[in-house]
Amino acid sequence: MNHALENDHKIFGFWIYLMTDLVIFSVLFATFLVLRNNTYGGPTAFELFHMTPVFAETIVLLTSSFTCSLATFSIHRGQKKSAILWFGMTFLLGLTFLMLEGIEFSQLLEINAGPQRSGFLSSFFALVGTHGFHISIGLLAAMVRIWLRPFTTHCISQMMRLAFFWHFLDVVWIFIFSFVYGMGHLHA
Amino acid sequence: MEWGIYMHNTIGSRSFGFVASLLLTLTAFLLIERPAFFPLDMPTIIALLLFLAVCQALVQSIFFLHILQEKKPRWNLIIFGSTICIILLIVLFSIWIMHHLNYNMMPHH
Repeated sequence: MNHALENDHKIFGFWIYLMTDLVIFSVLFATFLVLRNNTYGGPTAFELFHMTPVFAETIVLLTSSFTCSLATFSIHRGQKKSAILWFGMTFLLGLTFLMLEGIEFSQLLEINAGPQRSGFLSSFFALVGTHGFHISIGLLAAMVRIWLRPFTTHCISQMMRLAFFWHFLDVVWIFIFSFVYGMGHLHA
Repeated sequence: MEWGIYMHNTIGSRSFGFVASLLLTLTAFLLIERPAFFPLDMPTIIALLLFLAVCQALVQSIFFLHILQEKKPRWNLIIFGSTICIILLIVLFSIWIMHHLNYNMMPHH
């Protein structure tokens, strides 16, 4: 089998994985949408969510998606140095996002609004936590990619799949932004 | 799609995707944060948010994931489409069923 064909197969396999992952996220979304008003006398989404930090998280993630696409562009052009630079930038932005999310979660836990508080908060932490977990896996994979291995053909194909994964997580976050935080804030 | 391949391989198309995604998010943010500025009722605002989110997903898929760039047969696109169908079924029917369950479980006296 030639290289290009093998790469196509790998991308296709990874794409199928992403689609199954999308189904997992949609199930968590459905759970959240069903449970979002079941606060059991606890704090509601309107009381808990502030849009400004969430907006900052969104901008950071969107920018990281862009730098990631510049990284794959550099790979296609064979510019290894700028590819690593853009991937590094993507990594730092991803880390910033994760830190902002960590601050938000710890603030919620501090005021006793953890996942054990109500059905609404359980489904919120399940959905947003799963997204955050995916982001951390992506960051770990990126770290291994950037520092531990040389720039081979195999490595390039892995970086392409990592970029796919990253854009995919960005799309999932957009829906979390609008329908978990946005609708909660709108009191809808 | 010859023009598609030409467009998606440039820095310009990626920058365009980035600017579009920022504008879409900014609009959604203003809609959420300052709903009083818009003379709209809640269902319209929710529908607009959904529309903006779908546009954003399309921008990300077309300009960053390059889903339209694939050569025939477009297996990635076919699987993407069928997954969207599964997701719509799961989400819409969950909401529909649970809404009616709540309604039917309400005390009638």
